[in-house]
Amino acid sequence: MPKRDDLNHILVIGSGPIQIGQACEFDYSGTQACRVLREEGLRVTLVNSNPATIMTDPEFADATYVEPITTEVIEQIIAKEKPDAILATLGGQTALNAAVALHEAGILEKHGVELIGADMDAIQRGEDRQQFKEVVLKVGGEVPRSAVCHSMDEVRDTVKELGLPVVIRPSFTMGGLGSGMAYTWEDVDRIAGNGLAESPTTEVLIEESVLGWKEYELELMRDRDDNVVVVCSIENVDPMGVHTGDSVTVAPSMTLTDREYQHMRDVGIAILREVGVDTGGCNIQFAIDPATGRMIVIEMNPRVSRSSALASKATGFPIAKIAAKLAIGYTLDEIPNDITKATPAAFEPTLDYVVVKVPRFTFEKFPGADPTLTTTMKSVGEAMSLGRTFQQALQKALRSTETKAAGFWTRPDPEGATLENTLEALKTAHDGTLYTAERALRLGASVAEVHDACKIDPWFLDQIAQLIEVRDEIETAAVADGALLRRAKRAGFSDAQIAALRPEFAGEDGVRRLRHRLGLRPVYKTVDTCAAEFEAHTPYHYSTYEDETEVAPSDRPKVMILGSGPNRIGQGIEFDYSCVHAVQALREVGYETIMVNCNPETVSTDYDTADRLYFEPLTFEDVTEVFHAEDESGKAAGGPGVVGVVVQLGGQTPLGLAERLEQAGLPIVGTSPRAIDNAEDRGVFGRLLGDLGLVAPAGGTATSYEEAREVAAQIGYPVLVRPSYVLGGRGMEIVYDEDSLAGFITRATAASPEHPVLIDRFLDDAIEIDVDCLCDGEDFYLGGIMEHIEEAGVHSGDSSCALPPITLGAAVIEQIRDYTAKLAFGIGVRGLMNVQYALKDEQLYVLEANPRASRTVPFVSKATAVPLAKAAARIALGAKISDLRAEGMLLPEGDGSDAGPEVPISVKEVLLPFKRFRTVEGSGIDAVLGPEMKSTGEVMGIDSSFGLAFAKATLAVYGKLPTSGKLFVSVADRDKRSIVFPVRRLVDLGFTVYATEGTGLVLKRHGIDFTPVGRHSAGADVDAVALIASGEIDLVITTPSASTGPRTDGWEIRSAAVVADVACVTTIQGAAAATQAIESASRGEIRVASLQELHRRLRGGERAAA
Amino acid sequence: MSSRAPAILVLEDGRVFRGAAYGSVGETFGEAVFNTGMTGYQETLTDPSYYGQVVAQTAPQIGNTGWNDEDDESRRIWVAGYVVRDASRTASNWRAERGLEDELAAQGVVGICEVDTRALTRHLRDKGAMRVGISSRSTDAEELLAKVRDTPQMAGANHVGAVTASEPYTYQAKGTPKYTVAALDLGIKRNTPRRLAERGITTTVYPAYATVDLLLDGNPDAVFLSNGPGDPATAEHQVELTRELLRRRVPVFGICFGNQILGRALGLETYKLKFGHRGVNQPVLDRHTDKIEITAHNHGFALKAPESGEYFDTEFGRVQVSHVCLNDGVVEGLTCLDAPAYSVQYHPEAAAGPHDADYLFDRLVELIENTRSNDSKGAKANA
Repeated sequence: MPKRDDLNHILVIGSGPIQIGQACEFDYSGTQACRVLREEGLRVTLVNSNPATIMTDPEFADATYVEPITTEVIEQIIAKEKPDAILATLGGQTALNAAVALHEAGILEKHGVELIGADMDAIQRGEDRQQFKEVVLKVGGEVPRSAVCHSMDEVRDTVKELGLPVVIRPSFTMGGLGSGMAYTWEDVDRIAGNGLAESPTTEVLIEESVLGWKEYELELMRDRDDNVVVVCSIENVDPMGVHTGDSVTVAPSMTLTDREYQHMRDVGIAILREVGVDTGGCNIQFAIDPATGRMIVIEMNPRVSRSSALASKATGFPIAKIAAKLAIGYTLDEIPNDITKATPAAFEPTLDYVVVKVPRFTFEKFPGADPTLTTTMKSVGEAMSLGRTFQQALQKALRSTETKAAGFWTRPDPEGATLENTLEALKTAHDGTLYTAERALRLGASVAEVHDACKIDPWFLDQIAQLIEVRDEIETAAVADGALLRRAKRAGFSDAQIAALRPEFAGEDGVRRLRHRLGLRPVYKTVDTCAAEFEAHTPYHYSTYEDETEVAPSDRPKVMILGSGPNRIGQGIEFDYSCVHAVQALREVGYETIMVNCNPETVSTDYDTADRLYFEPLTFEDVTEVFHAEDESGKAAGGPGVVGVVVQLGGQTPLGLAERLEQAGLPIVGTSPRAIDNAEDRGVFGRLLGDLGLVAPAGGTATSYEEAREVAAQIGYPVLVRPSYVLGGRGMEIVYDEDSLAGFITRATAASPEHPVLIDRFLDDAIEIDVDCLCDGEDFYLGGIMEHIEEAGVHSGDSSCALPPITLGAAVIEQIRDYTAKLAFGIGVRGLMNVQYALKDEQLYVLEANPRASRTVPFVSKATAVPLAKAAARIALGAKISDLRAEGMLLPEGDGSDAGPEVPISVKEVLLPFKRFRTVEGSGIDAVLGPEMKSTGEVMGIDSSFGLAFAKATLAVYGKLPTSGKLFVSVADRDKRSIVFPVRRLVDLGFTVYATEGTGLVLKRHGIDFTPVGRHSAGADVDAVALIASGEIDLVITTPSASTGPRTDGWEIRSAAVVADVACVTTIQGAAAATQAIESASRGEIRVASLQELHRRLRGGERAAA
Repeated sequence: MSSRAPAILVLEDGRVFRGAAYGSVGETFGEAVFNTGMTGYQETLTDPSYYGQVVAQTAPQIGNTGWNDEDDESRRIWVAGYVVRDASRTASNWRAERGLEDELAAQGVVGICEVDTRALTRHLRDKGAMRVGISSRSTDAEELLAKVRDTPQMAGANHVGAVTASEPYTYQAKGTPKYTVAALDLGIKRNTPRRLAERGITTTVYPAYATVDLLLDGNPDAVFLSNGPGDPATAEHQVELTRELLRRRVPVFGICFGNQILGRALGLETYKLKFGHRGVNQPVLDRHTDKIEITAHNHGFALKAPESGEYFDTEFGRVQVSHVCLNDGVVEGLTCLDAPAYSVQYHPEAAAGPHDADYLFDRLVELIENTRSNDSKGAKANA
């Protein structure tokens, strides 16, 4: 059945800012959808507030709205664009919820817009727990015994009936937010109480515990003719009780017989049909009792999910792409399989390799947060690996996560580890459970004992036991000969792991040299959906140690682009964006592009993105082997081989490899590793600033506490301290006295052992400025200047900012341009550089210069209509800025420092994940901003004035912006003067004020009435924390006093706001900006405009002139 | 795994793969084929259609769920040899009774593990199925190659006699018996009578060389032609028997080998596929419903499509090519429009594999019912 001819224009809803539970996998799926729909000749309108996505690049849709994903905004877009249908199944829970809200507000009906993919009834049947349960029972499946409750009384009655422990899940929340396992009555009160509050329908499900059961997922696709295929089965190594996003998972399933698997498949298909997802993908989760095989159905997602992205990358079957085609009416047999070209998409992929996914956590960023893994997702990213065996794939995945440990035995065991305490630790699921399981086995526990402690299937544990056996052999063999080395490599051991076990090799380099002498190198196999039954036309490779390699010879000049690995706070989708841009730009001018990355969520690891994809860990060993394979096969084919390796776009991960790769003879292009190093080296950089006549805050470096104390005493407190070589301000703190300095030094040495601690004078009340620029050695191009809303001291990744700058004068801007150009030439930049400045008392201080792609590149590129990362990639391979100006990639004349008065304001705002975390006791964690980055994602608001743009950005993050109601204010002494004006405006707009005594007094003296609220610690009648927790407050403005820390009032107020989901402003500048936004919003001035319109305005003149 | 002896696998064109001993230690020969199923090795190993074949599993982790006493598809393992990448040393499944390797050793099946099975598969895909030898006794490839080249080819091989039942036996219907079927055992799998029994059918299974009279002795409602190994061109007895059934208008349902026999009985020719269909993910289009089913396959031979395309004429009337494989257009089923007979090239009984094609057993019930009502109408008309 061909595609529907009644659909000409589709509105695609994206997933908004990156957050825990909803990461860049939806950029991957959305990008595929937009591409497919346009290839089919349909008009595509897109709404997504996240500028760091490839899907919001203007070439992926006809009209791209970087606007908040809210009902009101989407209605405006519908009214303006008049789409025939909405596709909301590829944008995660955000898009699905947006579609539900549009339906409930009657907007779909009013504008005659159809939902394609899944209709409203199907969404309800899949998402509503009670309805879903009925569906499962109707098709003969089993569900856990359970009941839906709407009040605490109902909850208690149900728990009495089922018996503890029970699982509590709120309805309609994403990533399992708010759900948890209750072992005690206290747990029940806490989790169910929160759950009722979190659920938009005030509804929680209480169910029988299936803790410790085996957990599985199926990814299914259905077309309009009711053909169904199962794309992939996924088995969770972590048993039931750990959210699948936080579990180590493996595909295909490893411990099911055909009978059990087919039963699961039958039930899955029956559910999909009964729920009635018309077309597209869905994900169903199952639990199996390991003792009896009783299978129950846990839940379904009637949409493309995180697991779908994983399944797509794991199998080579592009679920989102096919889902988009099915949504417009094609059937599975009409869609060709891209990889084989000869066979249709109507089949079930079969794998001749094993895929392992490992989650990446960042608990170190959130002191006080409970690190136990539960049914609420807490990981911020993931790495995937492919190997021909589970052992190989597991070991590759473990070293892909870029944690302190790079696989088993690469870190010493924790001090005092015994068999007893290791087994005890296994009873609680945690980050690194497999490391703990390995330790237990190595310390002498049997597989059965370990299984009893952690419930991980014995098959997986035995695989780890086998690795330990190889380890023992490596350790004890008289001679580590070729046969043993080969066995170790086949079992997935890295050179570094082998080196750690045999000191005689004198490190990883020694192992590598021996290995190469023995001719022991990996071969590369292909992901082809069909286990080699048909020829593959898509070079999507992974390494293994076997007989035959499948790297095809090619005589084209090749460029390798190193990706950024698993998402984590500080290194996320923005870097993948830049890598994808490099691929696009270099492909266009004829290079054969080779992407190396291990993050399954990304666009860069779509086999459609680069000419060749290597799904490999980003370690020195794995990268040099890919280089060797590609370079050699290229040269053997008579070509030049690999002519360039791009390391400056993927963030710290590839950058950290740059120097060693260059030493190993890889042709690093762009800014040299030496120049990058110089910019990082305080001493060298300080001398450069001196030579250039630029000023930095007073500072110094120290390798011991004694040194640090001296430096700090010299420059005076407060000081900003940090380890060198970090992204995202990891370990960065503002220190006010010697005691805290001592504490910091102890922690910092763990943060980065090879590099000293940097100590700088902290500039209070300075304006922070971020600049992205390009340099080719001869010419300089300023990409954009961003003025931060928050003062210096809040990490730039957590600050909101405006472009063009909103308060800087022409002279300062000229000075910034001048400084930046000097730095670019002085450092020797060949590509992108990001510089951070602080402006205080009319003095411009250079805070840091990073000669690489920054987190702000996508934002600047969208705001200025200039693709900076593409330009950087071209410059790295030899193009000149003048060439790129002539081509039209850069502005023909002028640059990002020339923004005229007609240029709209773009505001970047960030999304913070505080809501995801709870302390062990279950209360919220502190929501204060500081020099260490904590945000997971960002949004962009674009409008004619700052207030409107900021209002949009706020809406995009919170989904709402209070325009009247109750305001709670409590600010630090230094902010008391500045708070008066914003509060006055808010009162004029209709807010009533609640304030603590000190703040209130200042307001009163300025004629602003307020209701006094007692300090929580003073045990007052009207307690601020209780007031906020009760949900009565609509907006909180609270700035931390200098002596911030846990157990202060400010901390309790902020965490209460987080838990109650109340907008909470924690800086004085933020308060001013929020006031402007509220003012603009209450005038009802928010109007939508597409990026294409904006870019026409920004760059239309030049085209008209040309 | 370090204690394993070295083993070699040599293909008739001289390509050598090295690995380690697996299962029984020794030497074995057969036709090298690959199976792409990710589950169901127990069912595969005990499927008589694999008689004479050395099966390579493309799925790399084999043996994880061990061996149980419920999933055998026949009385023993039939493969001539077994090739895997990574053999599990533990069995993890609540139904597992013992390890796979124990079972292979106990049944004397020579295997090889630690093989680059993907390279082997690509080779067979490009060069076609061919003869092969495995040795875990000697690693002299030249010597083994000479032996491989002395073994018989699959084309022209008659293996039915080796796998068929020696005596007839009966599999009772579940619940109230409604129908009876006579099954010709050319290598039948246990799941077939099981699927029939679920529909109230009592199945009597006859040895492959049973005569028409023996087969129809109990006056069955239909005859079932099973799957089985070998070259259908050698199945002269069964083809002739089927022609007789068609003449007598006895309802016939064939699968796999049975499909080839019905096709040959209708006058079609069979041919050897380059590397065959062996796996559980093959898309087949049912032309009756235009639905796609994901199906279990195990065939190295196929029916040559009639020149006239979808419909063709035979001495038994018009016949439709009712099922085709979407991957390569191979004929996957026939339906006689003027005779009560139909067949499919694949395995609706699955085991291993998806259950999408289960409806084909319902069609047998419909065919029986239609034939009964036509007969009674005919009887009335005659009366």
